[in-house]
Amino acid sequence: MTPAQQGGILNSPAQRRGILLAAIALACVLPFVMPPFRAFQFAQVWIYAIALLGLNLLTGYNGQISLGHGAFFALGAYCAAIMMDRWGIGYAWTIPAAAVLCFVAGFLFGLPALRLEGLYLALATFSLALAVPQILKYFEHWTGGSQGIVLNKPDAPFGLPLNADQWLYFFTFGTMLALFWLASNLVKGRIGRALVAIRDNPIAAQAMGVDAAMVKSMAFGVSAAYTGVAGALSATVIAFVAPDSFNVFLSITLLIGVVIGGLASITGALYGALFIQFVPNWAQELSKAAPWAIFGVVLIAVIYFVPTGIAGGLKRLAAWKAGRGVGGPST
Amino acid sequence: METFVQQVVSGLATGSIYAALALALVMIYEATDVVNFAQGEMAMFATYVCWTLLNAGMPYWAAFFATVAIAFAGGVVIERVVIRPVENAPVLAIVIVTTGLLVIFNSLAGWIYSYTQKPFPSPFPKEPLKVGGVVLGAHELGQIAVTLVVLACIYAFFRFTPLGLAMRAAAQNPVSSRLVGIRVGWMLALGWGLAAAFGAVAGMMVAPQLFLDPNMMGGVQIYAFAAATLGGFTSPVGAVLGGFVVGVVENLVGTYVSFIGTELKFTVALALIIVVLLVKPSGLLGRTVVKRV
Repeated sequence: MTPAQQGGILNSPAQRRGILLAAIALACVLPFVMPPFRAFQFAQVWIYAIALLGLNLLTGYNGQISLGHGAFFALGAYCAAIMMDRWGIGYAWTIPAAAVLCFVAGFLFGLPALRLEGLYLALATFSLALAVPQILKYFEHWTGGSQGIVLNKPDAPFGLPLNADQWLYFFTFGTMLALFWLASNLVKGRIGRALVAIRDNPIAAQAMGVDAAMVKSMAFGVSAAYTGVAGALSATVIAFVAPDSFNVFLSITLLIGVVIGGLASITGALYGALFIQFVPNWAQELSKAAPWAIFGVVLIAVIYFVPTGIAGGLKRLAAWKAGRGVGGPST
Repeated sequence: METFVQQVVSGLATGSIYAALALALVMIYEATDVVNFAQGEMAMFATYVCWTLLNAGMPYWAAFFATVAIAFAGGVVIERVVIRPVENAPVLAIVIVTTGLLVIFNSLAGWIYSYTQKPFPSPFPKEPLKVGGVVLGAHELGQIAVTLVVLACIYAFFRFTPLGLAMRAAAQNPVSSRLVGIRVGWMLALGWGLAAAFGAVAGMMVAPQLFLDPNMMGGVQIYAFAAATLGGFTSPVGAVLGGFVVGVVENLVGTYVSFIGTELKFTVALALIIVVLLVKPSGLLGRTVVKRV
């Protein structure tokens, strides 16, 4: 395989960096040319992207199926909401707190999950997702029960000339960039290779000296931390948390985003986030049920035809174009 | 004491629903190594089909059997069309496809029939029966009876008919079965059909209590998972037993353990699943799968 085929049109590092910088510059201009509501929607895209990236580290890279990541999203959101509402702590501090809390929760859930393979892990996490709203309602003293907790949207700090939605757009965007940078370094290095090795051949990985139990539980912890940060950001941006918004369909939405965006792909998280944020909006005009019908059909279609999702599909398309440019694909 | 007997009987009644759905899950797992996350939603959709037939003026039992037949055909079609292409795919692909089915059925039901709750009739008399000092709901007893009849039929089918034998063979050893001329693919499809038919029975029996709406089966399905896990995913008898045990335990815990009540029902099921998977992953009656390294 030539480099051109492997990386498609983005073959040189310099070109890639250029495209990345252009994309970031574009993203920084967007909130000034869009109505505030759109900025709010895009802030949600960045939030979803963080959550999807977290789930992708676990499911895409490490091969552990989670149908219950909505639970960690909820944990992060409630952690932030309780800190802001009950203790009056600033929203920025809720992000690291949610990350640490969810890391611990994920790590602890990951320990028993070590013994569960494939289907059984899917089953246990699916049950977790179903149980979340009930648990949240049960601890009414902390969570405000079914009423949820209403928060205030923070204003831009340091007298920046931005409205609340624009500021939150930049706040979530910056957090997302930092977390994407961390994740891409993580998967490129030693730990990333260990993650993939355990997914593809656990026995060989252990024979090579990879501590599978440790890596798998850490993957669960890091994945939960990412999703928890997304939850905390979402509580800040939406300024409201309630148990029924963290039902089993949130967990399924996250899985759908990961699969459609592209399993085991960093950029896939972004495509998936755009998909799960905007497709339901368009589909809603058809019927209240239409988004989910479309989600289901697209999900199954992706598994049949492009198992690597949008990211993998784009890569293949680019490779095919590049291959045709030099006289047809060689393989 | 009377409360206790009443709670045990209603536990057996809800347990019969879990048993039917758990058996459906186990049949599919045995045949195709798939945990069907859409099992509950398929049952819910079949119940809507029955509701449509009833509204068209069909008598109850005619609609009941028509629905079972439709669900059976639907199950066969789903296996042939949707599951077949991923039969040998990794677990993740299969989980994703059945999750896709889950959301499709859920949204189709919402789209066609709306999300408002609908009452669903019970074929059994309304007056409760009094045995000694114990008051028993007629629907609960009928529900147990229907499930037991279905279980007896399915047992007889697998035990005494050539087709049942062929299906068992196909599930146990596909390669040898194919060599003796069994059409394995179709046997698996029949397994899905039977599972869907069971689910339909469970849905129609539970709907009078829960009311019919697209999210009706969520709670039932988590308990069916718990039942199948407890009994063992590789054991049909275990799944049925697990269903009844889970049903009774759920009711007794809800009545006697005050801090759980009905508010943490799902959490109880979740805890049960995790504990069983940790302590005895093969379940009570399941066989331990030994993997060669």
